[in-house]
Amino acid sequence: MQKQNKLATFEEAVLPHLDAAYNLAHWLTRNDTDAEDVVQEAYLRAFKFFGGFHGTDGRSWLLTIVRNTCYTWMQQNRSPELHVPLDDEVREIESKDLNPETLLMQSADTQMVRQALAELPVEFREVLVLRELEEMSYREIANITDLALGTVMSRLARGRKRLQQALTNHRHAEVLS
Amino acid sequence: MSCQRAQELIHGYVDGELDLVRSLEVESHIHECEICAQAYRSQTTLRSSLKSDSLYYPAPEKLKKRIHSSLRKEAKSELGQRRFHWRWLTAGASVAFMLLIGLVVWRLVPRSIRPSGELLAQEITSDHVRSLQTPAHLTDVLSSDQHTVKPWFDGKVDFAPPVKDFASQDFRLYGGRLDYLNNRAVATLVYQRRLHYINLFIWPAEQASSTGEVTVQRQGYNLIHWTGSGMNFWAISDLNSVELHEFARLVQEGQ
Repeated sequence: MQKQNKLATFEEAVLPHLDAAYNLAHWLTRNDTDAEDVVQEAYLRAFKFFGGFHGTDGRSWLLTIVRNTCYTWMQQNRSPELHVPLDDEVREIESKDLNPETLLMQSADTQMVRQALAELPVEFREVLVLRELEEMSYREIANITDLALGTVMSRLARGRKRLQQALTNHRHAEVLS
Repeated sequence: MSCQRAQELIHGYVDGELDLVRSLEVESHIHECEICAQAYRSQTTLRSSLKSDSLYYPAPEKLKKRIHSSLRKEAKSELGQRRFHWRWLTAGASVAFMLLIGLVVWRLVPRSIRPSGELLAQEITSDHVRSLQTPAHLTDVLSSDQHTVKPWFDGKVDFAPPVKDFASQDFRLYGGRLDYLNNRAVATLVYQRRLHYINLFIWPAEQASSTGEVTVQRQGYNLIHWTGSGMNFWAISDLNSVELHEFARLVQEGQ
């Protein structure tokens, strides 16, 4: 009886955020079936720990679990992805900070954006997905990713610059071809 | 505001995460600086490129069903686990209840079917009480002389009880008596300390080995039991247990 209530309460609080969960999982795993497996696993975990959820923001809570489940999954299946030498790349980007070459002046087509975003290192990808696609605040993103607020800001900035660069390069390549 | 600072803050500005003062500062800088204005436009262009719905992966309908059914399964197994725990709890309670019943029955069963030690202590207490009811009950042979008391038992019991007077330690031999205890004839020595009488019951032990003193209390009397020199000894008195132990020690040492 009590358990039936738990299931009902859980589904009411957490099931509406299935799209958000799947979207994040898909962007992190970059694969349909992996995303489905991860999301299902995350829901089971969430259900088990639902007793510890007392907040009102079911989406943030669920996405935190989805993200953790994704990272566990990636560690088991694609560990090299998680070892990106962030600092080197940051220096490289900062040196080109104000270069108009990296500025994106025209809207890029969706296919190109999807590819560029998918190719970003996962650390940048996740903050961009949470910010741009889920439209979450810096604070929410910091909670989900377990990062300091300042780190969230700088990762967003770097991620965007990388994305712009990738899109600009892509366009140049198109023009040349 | 420098361009460097403005470019740092542009993301917060675009994301609406700056406070009002900073927000206005960035805004006025963008109005004045073409490079930063370009950077700002570049950000808004990028954002609008990311706003496309087709970048969002909605969950497939089958995933929803799959999750729903796996959650049901999980809920059921959790329920099962809880029932399982409940079963253990019930089992535990049953055991506790049985123990309680056992204890109650134990208290209620007639004394005669309890083990012999318990029965014997009761028998000895009754005997002691009876011996004190009238002076005639207390002794069959009234003598403080151990050489009179000891031979008196000859022919009356099939063993020779150790008889010793401890008058110098203030446990005076008062006399001897025949008793029937534990389905046999036993020798009883009566000692006196001040106004207290001590009955010391003696009969041959089944096992030769000695055992330490066991102290029990019955109806306000102290009883001390031990085995030694092939004999069972039971001392009983209204004397306090410290002095009765002193007496028991004397008897054991005197043997």
